[in-house]
Amino acid sequence: MSFARPTRLEHALDHLANQAWCVLAGGTDVYPAHVDRRIERPVLDISGLSELRSIDRTDKGVRIGALARWSDLLRSDLPPAFDGLKQAAIEVGSVQIQNAGTVAGNLCNASPAADGVPPLLTLDASVELASRRERRVLPLDAFLTGYRKTALQADELMTAIIIPAEATLGASDFRKLGARKYLVISIVMAAVRLAAADGRVAKARVAIGACSPVAIRLTALERDLAGAPLDQLPDIVTSDHVDPLTPIDDVRATAPYRRRAALVLVRRSLTSAAGRL
Amino acid sequence: MINLGIEAVVNGQKIALDVQPTERLTATLRQRLGLTGTKVGCDAGDCGACSVLLDGEVVCACMVAASQIDGREVMTAEALENDDLGRRLQAAFQRHGAAQCGICTPGMLISAFAAIRTGADLSEEAVGDALGGVLCRCTGYRKIIQAVIASTLEDVSWKADEALSDVHADAAVGCSVPRVDGIQKIDGRELFGADGIPENALSLKVIRSPYHHARFTFGDLQAFIEARPGLERILTADDVPGVNRHGVIPAFVDQPVFAEGRARFKGEAVAAVLGDPEAIERLKVDDMPLTFEELPACLEMEAAAEKGATAIHDERPGNLLAAGKVLCGDVEAGFAKADVVLERHIETPFIEHAYIEPEAGFARRVGDRIEVQCCTQAPYMNRDALADILGIEAEQVRILPTAVGGGFGSKLDLSTQPYVALAAWLTGKPVGLVYSRPESMMASTKRHPASINMRAGVTREGQITALTFDGRFDTGAYASWGPTVANRVPVHAGGPYTLPNYRAEARAIHTNGPVAGAFRGFGVPQAGIAQETLYDQLADAIGMDRLAFRLKNALDNNIPTVTGQSFRDGVGIKACLEALQPHWARACADKENVDRGRGAAGVGIACCWYGCGNTALPNPSTIKLGLRRDGSVVLFQGAVDIGQGSNTVISQMAADALGLPLDVFRLESADTDQTPDAGKTSASRQTFISGMAAKRAGEALRQDLLRHANASGEARLDLQERVLRVVEGDAIREVMLESLPVDEAGFVALVEGTFDPPTTPLDDNGQGEPYALFGYGAQMVELMVDVELGTVSLTKVTAAHDVGRAINPQLVEGQVEGGIAQGIGLALMEDYRPGRSENLHDYLIPTIGDVPEVETIIVEEPASAGPYGAKGLGEHVLIPTAPAILNAIYDATGAVIEELPATPDRVLAAIESGPGANPQGPNHEPG
Repeated sequence: MSFARPTRLEHALDHLANQAWCVLAGGTDVYPAHVDRRIERPVLDISGLSELRSIDRTDKGVRIGALARWSDLLRSDLPPAFDGLKQAAIEVGSVQIQNAGTVAGNLCNASPAADGVPPLLTLDASVELASRRERRVLPLDAFLTGYRKTALQADELMTAIIIPAEATLGASDFRKLGARKYLVISIVMAAVRLAAADGRVAKARVAIGACSPVAIRLTALERDLAGAPLDQLPDIVTSDHVDPLTPIDDVRATAPYRRRAALVLVRRSLTSAAGRL
Repeated sequence: MINLGIEAVVNGQKIALDVQPTERLTATLRQRLGLTGTKVGCDAGDCGACSVLLDGEVVCACMVAASQIDGREVMTAEALENDDLGRRLQAAFQRHGAAQCGICTPGMLISAFAAIRTGADLSEEAVGDALGGVLCRCTGYRKIIQAVIASTLEDVSWKADEALSDVHADAAVGCSVPRVDGIQKIDGRELFGADGIPENALSLKVIRSPYHHARFTFGDLQAFIEARPGLERILTADDVPGVNRHGVIPAFVDQPVFAEGRARFKGEAVAAVLGDPEAIERLKVDDMPLTFEELPACLEMEAAAEKGATAIHDERPGNLLAAGKVLCGDVEAGFAKADVVLERHIETPFIEHAYIEPEAGFARRVGDRIEVQCCTQAPYMNRDALADILGIEAEQVRILPTAVGGGFGSKLDLSTQPYVALAAWLTGKPVGLVYSRPESMMASTKRHPASINMRAGVTREGQITALTFDGRFDTGAYASWGPTVANRVPVHAGGPYTLPNYRAEARAIHTNGPVAGAFRGFGVPQAGIAQETLYDQLADAIGMDRLAFRLKNALDNNIPTVTGQSFRDGVGIKACLEALQPHWARACADKENVDRGRGAAGVGIACCWYGCGNTALPNPSTIKLGLRRDGSVVLFQGAVDIGQGSNTVISQMAADALGLPLDVFRLESADTDQTPDAGKTSASRQTFISGMAAKRAGEALRQDLLRHANASGEARLDLQERVLRVVEGDAIREVMLESLPVDEAGFVALVEGTFDPPTTPLDDNGQGEPYALFGYGAQMVELMVDVELGTVSLTKVTAAHDVGRAINPQLVEGQVEGGIAQGIGLALMEDYRPGRSENLHDYLIPTIGDVPEVETIIVEEPASAGPYGAKGLGEHVLIPTAPAILNAIYDATGAVIEELPATPDRVLAAIESGPGANPQGPNHEPG
């Protein structure tokens, strides 16, 4: 079969069990990857799976359906911990891209500069993968295995992004540095989420994108921030904290610059997030 | 792939269609439904030209699968006129001059429509957020923002054609009349290169070298074709009946239509496959019997110019294509008189034109003639080149230019034309070809990368005593306009200043890079960056205000230029600088009061001059005007309007010269069978040269009509219905047009006006009169630099440009704003890397959020050589922006940028290594 547009998840999973597909949802990655050439693989258009569209908030946390678009996310009533993710949503391409592209697709495409990854890492996000064999949940950092590589099996479909209740607390921030205002691929991104108690950091999450094959959390910095007074956070950040980054030189910037900029963005994001607490 | 039945509502109409389910919605709309108002610029969501509404939300149709509109509602630009808000937006776009070439306009309108209808507030920032996904390369976005905001505030009953009839006889020049070809640009009906290709046309796929330098051989092409139903033929160099070469300068015609065994740049055409569109889409290039052997490539000028470097063309040793120089005075003596001598080095990269319309063409054979419909800036040059390639007479070729979705110089050269013409000529079948975005970027010409060394000496009093310029320009694999750059740059490299001791040399050097050709300024913008930033350092070194320093050295009437040419009138650089003075004082004061935060505020200034027309070469234009019995005046206007507005300003000048109002004119746009040769749209020559030709044509027709009435030159003309009234004092003579004899084409009177600007050749030292006039300008940039990140945010650009006479002030502003946007790109983000940035997400051009407020000051120092005193403007406007930005960065931080673009990493590095490594920057006081 060369094309299918199922309307129920179980049918989609049946298709995936039978052959390899190019999965199409918002089209914002599939089509740019096929400029000037045909899509040779069979296409599974999952945009009709309406059950995957919603963003739900429950006691257990927040569940972002795999077909939820960036603009759906922006319109959702979500706690301040999601402000950083919403800031990222506004900076995804343009309104046109936000109205088509899905948050889940951004993860499946696994670009090092994916806008959604750093804020979702600060939200301790997991992804739900379904197949006819099983339904499994993987932490985001285990799902993203390398440069444009994921743990998604050929018969699996991402069905949701899950944020646990305890990660929906606190305040957050996101910063994207690019060479122009709109429609820009990041040079560096920083995302921060802080939960506080008594004027001090109770829990910190810091993630950097576009400075390694996969966006990563700066866990040493997160530990050093824990317990720190909220008005002194930028001073805690040192260049040692960005050691885990492995940026490259490319058209957009040099590697040393990316390290420097990551430090600056993290400091600024910490100040902003702390100011929102 | 199977076909899928879908049902949808498109522009209010229910439709049922069989589609290939994953075809792009752009293809469904354009090809199946004929809705060509939705444009295709990139197929990757990078440009937004294909924006449509899907269930009321704006999306890029290029990334929507046809299967996904089943059961949904689609609205395209064609439906805007059915809605009150849509009509308001259209009227506001036309009234505010928000459409130039018009290729982005449908996407802009649809995106604005979606935002306003969902109740977004209309602050400038909100408009930016709404339109940030649509790129425009012409307007600089400012008039688009104005129009969107105005659409909700202004009277909607306003109609563009009524506005035209408001302009009275003798009063068109100087009026901001709306674009005479504006309506079709806002209602989605304008036909660009890809829009008029008939359904029955065959398609072509051009096969290109994947290597910068390679040898290649073909296997059994015939067997390949025969095994694939739907394929018709493969064209290679062996199929070219005439000369397998094209170029733009007769002595440098060196670029093969198809490479002959050796490809000299990545993207060079080696063959083309002809077939029905579906077969061409199925074609797998990798399966073709074609073998490439990669050869060592030379991509750096430095290496290409070295002794012993492999010659890219055997007949050009040292890879030197052309060199130009200008020498005057005694440079050594001049340096000896200087108190301070400083040097400056600048490197700039390839810059891509990035018009939103990729090249497209269509050809059909009509008997022993070939007709080619294409987006072009140079119909007559195209005609002659195709005749040579096909081995036929020029009269056998007809070029029918479509609307051009941006050109900026690159659409002077041939692109799709030889391929469609050859295929249609050989097979007798109609053939269409539309470049994809990567193909357009890979195959088209670029701005020359430059490596420039400059040196200048100045006295303590601020007099420049000597200046030397040595510029190398990477002209890529073939000549294109490289010789023009080498000749034009040395004339302009010192800027609009008095320079008694001057030596400038420019060389165009071949590499295996993309072909560098014409791009708004022919190398002068690169030279201007070196020169204007060096002047700031000179002013600093002697502690003089930067504007005052420029004013002190500014050129003036009756003072010889570096080529020894003096102008009696029209040297307007002082007037431009004086116009900026109050703004400069204000900006320098404001800067001190800015809340710096992490930022450093800076103000920069830079000047330009630019000679209009070809450099020291003949450059004529002819315009034809005819009066019909029905009282219409037909303007045969072959000066291609690529968005700059030549259709409008040439009409305005013809109207005033004739003495009749604009609304009696009917425009016949370029068609090499109908319109006389008005030259190419380049070198900022159309307003000046074709304008003068139009003025002469208008005057000639007026004389003709006055003769019918035996009236003197003082008489006033009036055309009512079919009666021409000639009014002189109290005497009124009526001429019944029906009573006059007509020629075979139905004209009562038919005249031509021709103008060729007076120039003289340059001698061995570059002395002579290369241009009949120059235009001048000065721009001031205010900005903030984030000194921790090296990012630059522009606050305002104030631009004073001397246009001699503003034929249409709104179009002048449009040129200024658009040129500034391209200058911003050149300064801060544009960097084309062959093989690495052949798309519009790795190659960045400014978006709507990157162009700040622009205040245009129109300066009018009439030049007697120009029509109504007018000068050209198109290229001038881009030149000062980049150096003014670099000067403002220097002012803010002390950072001296040597390599462009000034991306955040380079700015930060320059701040830290700069002499003024303190964020306050050098101290400048207003003068």
